[in-house]
Amino acid sequence: MLNIYCPHCGEHRSEEEFHYAGEAHIPRPENPAELSDEAWGDYLFFRRNPRGLHHEQWYHATGCRRFFNVARDTVTYEIHESYPMGARPSVSRDSEEAA
Amino acid sequence: MANRYSGFGLFRHALRYHENWQRAWRNPTPKTHYDVIIIGGGGHGLATAYYLASQHGITNIAVLEKGYLGGGNTGRNTTIVRSNYLWDESGQLYEHAMKLWEGLSEELNYNVMFSQRGVLNLGHTLQDMRNIERRVQSNRLNGIDSHVVTPDEIKKIVPIINIDNLRYPIMGSSWQPRAGVARHDAVAWGYARAADALGVDLLQETAVTGMRIEGGTIRGVETNRGFIGADRVGCVVAGNSGVLAGMAGLRLPLESHPLQAFVSEPLKPVLDTVVMSNHVHGYVNQSDKGDLVIGAGIDGYNGYGQRGSMPVIEHTAAAICEMFPMFRRVRMNRQWGGIVDTCPDACPIISKTPVDGLYFNCGWGTGGFKATPGSGHVFASTIANDSPHPLAAPFALDRFYSGALIDEHGAAGVAH
Repeated sequence: MLNIYCPHCGEHRSEEEFHYAGEAHIPRPENPAELSDEAWGDYLFFRRNPRGLHHEQWYHATGCRRFFNVARDTVTYEIHESYPMGARPSVSRDSEEAA
Repeated sequence: MANRYSGFGLFRHALRYHENWQRAWRNPTPKTHYDVIIIGGGGHGLATAYYLASQHGITNIAVLEKGYLGGGNTGRNTTIVRSNYLWDESGQLYEHAMKLWEGLSEELNYNVMFSQRGVLNLGHTLQDMRNIERRVQSNRLNGIDSHVVTPDEIKKIVPIINIDNLRYPIMGSSWQPRAGVARHDAVAWGYARAADALGVDLLQETAVTGMRIEGGTIRGVETNRGFIGADRVGCVVAGNSGVLAGMAGLRLPLESHPLQAFVSEPLKPVLDTVVMSNHVHGYVNQSDKGDLVIGAGIDGYNGYGQRGSMPVIEHTAAAICEMFPMFRRVRMNRQWGGIVDTCPDACPIISKTPVDGLYFNCGWGTGGFKATPGSGHVFASTIANDSPHPLAAPFALDRFYSGALIDEHGAAGVAH
């Protein structure tokens, strides 16, 4: 059972209140119509799916009903941090390798 | 096969107190080079090696397994076999597997305990029933046995089921009589033994740590036992496909999730068929040993931890108890999770890759066991001919660029 911190509500709540909403930090292409089939397919379907640190979006479905980002380890399930949409994570692949 | 299993052989061994049974397969040391390396010693990988050897005459093959044979999802699933998928491409692929299942014990000289006890996919809403009618008609056009059955007929097939006294009353079901279950370990062991007899090297505790690719062509794989050369490499590693693809500098449209199952203490026979419900989300059958085998859903989030979250167990147990009130006081024995590689369209990827001689068979997601013989059969053909088997062609990687997806989410009665 994950215990997830919602940065909007300022509280830890149980995983049942939330919906997972996929990998974070994937910018929508500026001009979708100009993309090649490969670039569009990459944007729609291809994900990093790492074994280890993963930045992902969560939706506080039965709480504030807002989205936010979480940095979580996909093997140990340890949650490093929650941070609002638009912010950059303080824990990244590089900073973890340095530490 | 040198050591053919038979009733007479069993009798002969009984006279010698069963002390002279031979090992089912060898434990060879790796050669420096193979014609084909299959990465992944689960059901699909072993089946691929077996069909390469038996159908295509390629016997200089190694199967590399990081743990023990059949120790991943092959030994963790709920063993349901069916072929009632909606779309032509997937229906035909799973039906191909079903036909191989029907002769598998004889072909492998190994009892895989394939039991065609029928599968019900229940409908609980009007829309469920519309989807079921559509899927059943589609199945029949593809020559797959499939029927729509009424609540009264369901009650005759499964007398212990609760039809109407529940939050989502059962309004009908699809029914595939030829579907059923098989013994999952036996499938891996049967393919392993048959492949070994044809000369395939089964290398256990051999983990792939890297791939050697020169000029866009695969040359072999780095392992914890050193470099092993190969002309062709087939990856059949389910949840870890993305990790292996990364070693080859490729990306796959897969995300890994834990899928849970649990089994109860053994009971007297009460359920002689398989019952699945997409809507309330649970599926159950009773093994020959007597325990209830219950399948739950996947965790919604990505994960490689081979366990699974408690809310999913609670959700599934609630659904099972509602449909089968007599199971409410059954105690559960074990619970576990397997890592499934889910595709955006809930269909597998059986494909060549941009690297010459490197092939992937992955993305089976939550329903790979039922396809084991068919998956191995078409993947072996794809590797041997360096060109997709006709049944595998629609499942190539380029469908995520062309847009020709085969959307089996829910439509196939996939209970996830």
